[in-house]
Amino acid sequence: MSPRDTTPQGDFFRGVWKENPVLIQMLGLCPALAVTNTVENSLWMGLATFFVLTGSSFIVSLVKKLIPGEVRIPTFILIIATFVTVADMSLEAIVPTVHKQLGAFVALIVVNCMILSRQEAFASKRPLGRSMLDAFGSGLGFMIALIMMGAVREVLGQGTLMNFRVIPGHFEPWVIFILPPGGFLTLGFWLLFLNWWQKLRRERARVRAWPDGVAAPVEGRAA
Amino acid sequence: MGELVWILVSAMVVNNFTLYYFLGLCPFMGVSARVETAVRMGMANVFVMVMASLCAWFLNTFILPHAPYLRLISFIVVIASFVQIVEMVIKKISPTLFRQLGIYLPLITTNCAILGLALFQTNRGYGLLEGLFFALGAGLGLTLALVLMAAIRETGELSDTPEIAKGMAIVLIIAGSLSLAFMGFAGLLSST
Repeated sequence: MSPRDTTPQGDFFRGVWKENPVLIQMLGLCPALAVTNTVENSLWMGLATFFVLTGSSFIVSLVKKLIPGEVRIPTFILIIATFVTVADMSLEAIVPTVHKQLGAFVALIVVNCMILSRQEAFASKRPLGRSMLDAFGSGLGFMIALIMMGAVREVLGQGTLMNFRVIPGHFEPWVIFILPPGGFLTLGFWLLFLNWWQKLRRERARVRAWPDGVAAPVEGRAA
Repeated sequence: MGELVWILVSAMVVNNFTLYYFLGLCPFMGVSARVETAVRMGMANVFVMVMASLCAWFLNTFILPHAPYLRLISFIVVIASFVQIVEMVIKKISPTLFRQLGIYLPLITTNCAILGLALFQTNRGYGLLEGLFFALGAGLGLTLALVLMAAIRETGELSDTPEIAKGMAIVLIIAGSLSLAFMGFAGLLSST
C-alpha cells in the first residue's frame, strides 16, 4: 500500500501497533529503556512524549509550506524543543517527584528520533487532520510500549504495580529489573515474545490455508 | 587531579553512557556490526562530545544565567552549528581525518548522548576542566561499549541463532548482558 492511499483509521492505528515506534521500528529507545522502571514513570514519560509529538505535529503541519526544504530538520528540532521546554516545566510543576526521577530524560525528548521521524515522514507532507491522527496513534503506541516495559519491570523488580503490592511480601524482588540491565533484557524478551507470537500466527494461517490431510510445506525450506 | 581522574573513570565505566544511561543507543544498535566502523564512530563521538562540553560550558557561564528557559534550544542549536563549523575546518585542514570520521560527524550531532552530556554537565554543575574530563570519559566509554558490542556481534554472526531471536531481540539481550557485566564496575564506587 502506498503512503498516499491510507485511510484515516489506518493513519491512527498504524502507529499504535503495526508500526509501533518502540517495538517494531526501534525508535526512541533511550526513554523506553531509561525511565521505565516503574509504571508511574512510564506513564508520565509517555504522556510528556505524547504531548510533545502531537504539539509539534500540529505546528509542523500548519507551517509546512513556509519551511524551506534545506532547513526543515533544524526547524523541526526548534519546534520540538519548544514543546519539550513546556513539558519539562509543566511536569516540574505538576508532579515534582516524578520529574526528579525522570531527570534529564524529559529534556532528552528533544532528541527522541521517533518524534523527528513522524515530522519528517508524515506531518511535513500531509494535511493537518491526518497528521494529528498519525501523531495520536504513534504517541499512543509509544505510551503502550513504555507501559508494557514499566509493568514487567515494576512487578519483577519491586513486586508492585502502580505502587500497589501485587506479589506477596515473601517474594524476593529481582532488583536487576529496575536497574539498567533490566531495561535491555525486558525489551529483548518482549521482542522475543512478540516474534514468537507472530511466528505462531503465521504458522496457523499457513496450516489453515491447506486442505485437510495434506501436509503443508515447512516454511523457509525449499519444497 | 584525583577528582578529575575519578570523573573520567566514572563516566567511562561505572556510569557508562550507553549501558547505564541508555544514551546514544541509535549508533549502538545501528553501527555496531563491524569493529572497524565502531572504532571510527567512537572516535567521532569523543570528538563531538568534547566540543559539546566546551559549548555547554560557554553557554552556561555567559548566556544562560540571563535566560534559563532557553537552555534546551540553545544547547541544540549551538552544538549543531559548532560541530558543523568544526567539520568544515577539519575538511580544509586535514582531509585524511575528515575521511576517517566520515558521515558520522554530522550524524552524531543530534545523537542523544551529545545533548545528554551537555545536560548532565549542567545538572552536576561541572566547571570547564571537569566538563572536559567528563566528556572525554563519556566518549571513551561509548567507544568501549560500541567496540565490545561490535566484537560480540561479529563473533556471533555465524552462530545458530533461533529464528525468533534474530535481529534486534538478540542484540538487546547481548546489550543487557554487557550492561550486567558493567554493573560490576559499580564496586569501584564503594571502594573510594
